[in-house]
Amino acid sequence: MQREAAIREPLILGHKTYKDITDDVVGPIMGPAPLGWKIMITISSLIAVYGVGCILYLLGTGIGVWGLNKTVDWAWDITNFVWWVGIGHAGTLISAVLLLFRQKWRMAINRSAEAMTIFAVIMAAVFPGIHMGRIWVSYWVLPLPNQFGSLWVNFNSPLLWDVFAISTYFSVSLVFWYIGLIPDFATIRDRVTGPWQKRVYSFLSFGWSGRAKHWTRFEEVSLVLAGIATPLVFSVHSIVSMDFATSVIPGWHTTIFPPYFVSGAVFSGFAMVQTLLLIMRKGMKLENYIHVKHVEYMNIVIIVTGSIVGVAYLTELFISWYSGVEYESYAFINRASGPYSWAYWIMMSCNVISPQLYWFKKIRRSLVATFVLSIVVNIGMWFERYVIIVTSLHRDYLPSSWGEFHATSIDIGIFIGTIGIFLTLFLGFARFFPVLALNELKTILKSSGESYKNEQAK
Amino acid sequence: MEFKFEGRLKLVTQVLMAVGVVALVGGFLTDTSDHHNRWWANLLINGFFYFSMALAALFFYALQYATESGWSAVLKRWFEALWGFLPWGAAVIVVVLLAGKFHAHHLYHWMDHTLYHEYMVEHGDHVHYVDEMEEGAVLNPNFDHVIAGKKAYFSDAFFWIRTLVYIATFLLFARMFRKWSLLEDEAPSLDLHYKQYKRGAVFLVVFAVFSSTLSWDWIMSIDTHWFSTLFGWYVFSGMWVSFMIFTNVSMLWLRSQGYFKEVNESHMHDLGKWMFAISMLWSYLWLSQFLLIWYSNIPEEVTYYMSRVLGDYKVPFLAMFFVNFAVPFYVLLARDAKRNPRFVIPVAILIFIAHFVDVYLLIVPGTMFDHNQFGFFEVGMFLGFLGLFMNRTFATLAKAPLISKNHPMLQESMELHY
Repeated sequence: MQREAAIREPLILGHKTYKDITDDVVGPIMGPAPLGWKIMITISSLIAVYGVGCILYLLGTGIGVWGLNKTVDWAWDITNFVWWVGIGHAGTLISAVLLLFRQKWRMAINRSAEAMTIFAVIMAAVFPGIHMGRIWVSYWVLPLPNQFGSLWVNFNSPLLWDVFAISTYFSVSLVFWYIGLIPDFATIRDRVTGPWQKRVYSFLSFGWSGRAKHWTRFEEVSLVLAGIATPLVFSVHSIVSMDFATSVIPGWHTTIFPPYFVSGAVFSGFAMVQTLLLIMRKGMKLENYIHVKHVEYMNIVIIVTGSIVGVAYLTELFISWYSGVEYESYAFINRASGPYSWAYWIMMSCNVISPQLYWFKKIRRSLVATFVLSIVVNIGMWFERYVIIVTSLHRDYLPSSWGEFHATSIDIGIFIGTIGIFLTLFLGFARFFPVLALNELKTILKSSGESYKNEQAK
Repeated sequence: MEFKFEGRLKLVTQVLMAVGVVALVGGFLTDTSDHHNRWWANLLINGFFYFSMALAALFFYALQYATESGWSAVLKRWFEALWGFLPWGAAVIVVVLLAGKFHAHHLYHWMDHTLYHEYMVEHGDHVHYVDEMEEGAVLNPNFDHVIAGKKAYFSDAFFWIRTLVYIATFLLFARMFRKWSLLEDEAPSLDLHYKQYKRGAVFLVVFAVFSSTLSWDWIMSIDTHWFSTLFGWYVFSGMWVSFMIFTNVSMLWLRSQGYFKEVNESHMHDLGKWMFAISMLWSYLWLSQFLLIWYSNIPEEVTYYMSRVLGDYKVPFLAMFFVNFAVPFYVLLARDAKRNPRFVIPVAILIFIAHFVDVYLLIVPGTMFDHNQFGFFEVGMFLGFLGLFMNRTFATLAKAPLISKNHPMLQESMELHY
């Protein structure tokens, strides 16, 4: 075994044995649901129900119940979609890219981050779905033969590329997540005593026996899936950015969009992971596995991606002037000083300035500060999309068609509702799934566990 | 263990440099292009290509510290060795820019000061340019309102301050990292390690800004009207991949000569992975920039690709992309291929040349337009600079022990096994 350098901080605190890890992860699943969980799931499912109500009202009445108008014909719908897809980037980045980079700390967070990713992508898919108006013909986005009643899809459209990119990403993420879960489900299967529980978990664990052969295959499949998932992390948000950047709208058309959107997505995804995990680690007493060093690493990812986004903002701003194209220049001047300047400055301060606080070691290792800033970042990233979409549209080439966007209660209700659905799903996951990749964690216990590291150092 | 820069390797670099000198002199004498643009363009291409590799080594070094990477600790001295070329590359770039300033060549259209003024007054042979209409003034036929709009950015003072600040910053950071690295050899010091860690992070911030702005200043401004927000990141990925290629091949050679025994198969595999991964990053950025511009077809942007995709440069431009993307993708995807020099070396040589062609095509279409020539001179310049680059790198490598001492992650790096 490779000896880890002494200066590396341990990743599992205290003296843990293999059995302790199993107990700590499986324990909460077997015991009764804690009160806090019951309260949280009640609130979030009520919000979810309200959101579903709003969606049904929209489907029954029509897209007119949103605040869209002739000039701003794309607003919260696509903003929410991009926001959710962006959040859905962290999970696969953590599980795939960090696997390729051999980052052991990912093992404490990958499971829940991937679950979050899957739920976030589902939330994202809601918006284009309901925006179609006739959701019952939504299969028309697929390239089906004309006999199905649809016309052959337009392959030139980035919106169609989006359908492919996101569905591929979703499938691979789901498979990746599930493959990782199999040995852990098997561990739970061996623990639970109730006959129904036993049956369900043995079905879920696909007859996993823990043989060496199984493990070899498991590792091979993980590596292959990581290799497939890594380009997908890039492709999804690159193609989302092309929904805008292939156009000729000033403020939308700029070549930096693909990598800058990817970076922004990772940025917001990590912020969401922080928000959820800081609560989860406390509620489920996982402080020894997800501790300050993990939080610090994630905060470093946030500062890096946040700064990349900052450089991209400034690059766009500079090039809009440098280009000498007056429409480009105006688009950016209008962003910073027009009727939506408040949104622009919220975006700037939340996304570019606030993460810079993490340069201070005290702040990036403070759980309270991290929790607050993670929410600030998610607000900022929502406004980023709002700024890009609404501000670029609201002043047309013809001043006579200038307009503004005002969100209706249905706009707001659906957005809040998706947060409710998302949290409900996540809470369900936290209750019935192994929230840490416990079998993977066991592989690093002897090299990165605190007590073992201390012994080695002697 | 110390590296000795002598024998065949030294001779090879000297022969290459001699070829370069012949090309330099012969090329200048036979160059028939306007203002010797061809000669100067090639000086810039080579100066920038090799300088950017040394710069990428500095970036990668800082990246290793800032990310607490352990695997690369045995390669540290190699990265440091590459910085030996930084002052030489910087000098070539400064000479080209200075020559442009004094109108010895016409690579940078914006350096023509007559473009910025709307009116001119003729006094016999002498022409006086003015911004406002005045007595006896006529419209300046050279006036270019787009370039005039960029005047603030291209003003002499601002431009030269930028260029000198970039170079000075890079040289200072390289000097500082090298000093601390040698100091660490003398006695174990975690303080020094954490200093490198912190300065590494600071360097990454500086580099994130400068790598973009320097590519706007030195390269993008050649096509003065044209602009692309992605340009800086694209150039950056190109410098990074060229550096990874050079590192991979050099390390294979050094190991075959009995140096760097601590660098094992797993390290070579990791270097192969980097070469592969950054090739994909470069391809991704190439495609992002090309696709968005081609698809949108906005006249002021698409001109850049019109000359490259439709004109005389069509074959090298598309072939360059194909080689740089498809060859590493199909050949190096498999694990065993990345560990086998018989696959790595031919691919590396091929994409090294293709990345040179990439830099070549960043500069030549905007300077030589439809009158480009390619011959022994271009090849000679490429080889000559390669010789100089290798000469400086290996001479620097010989100045310190090959494996640094007391790096806190050295043991971990030596035990790397995957």
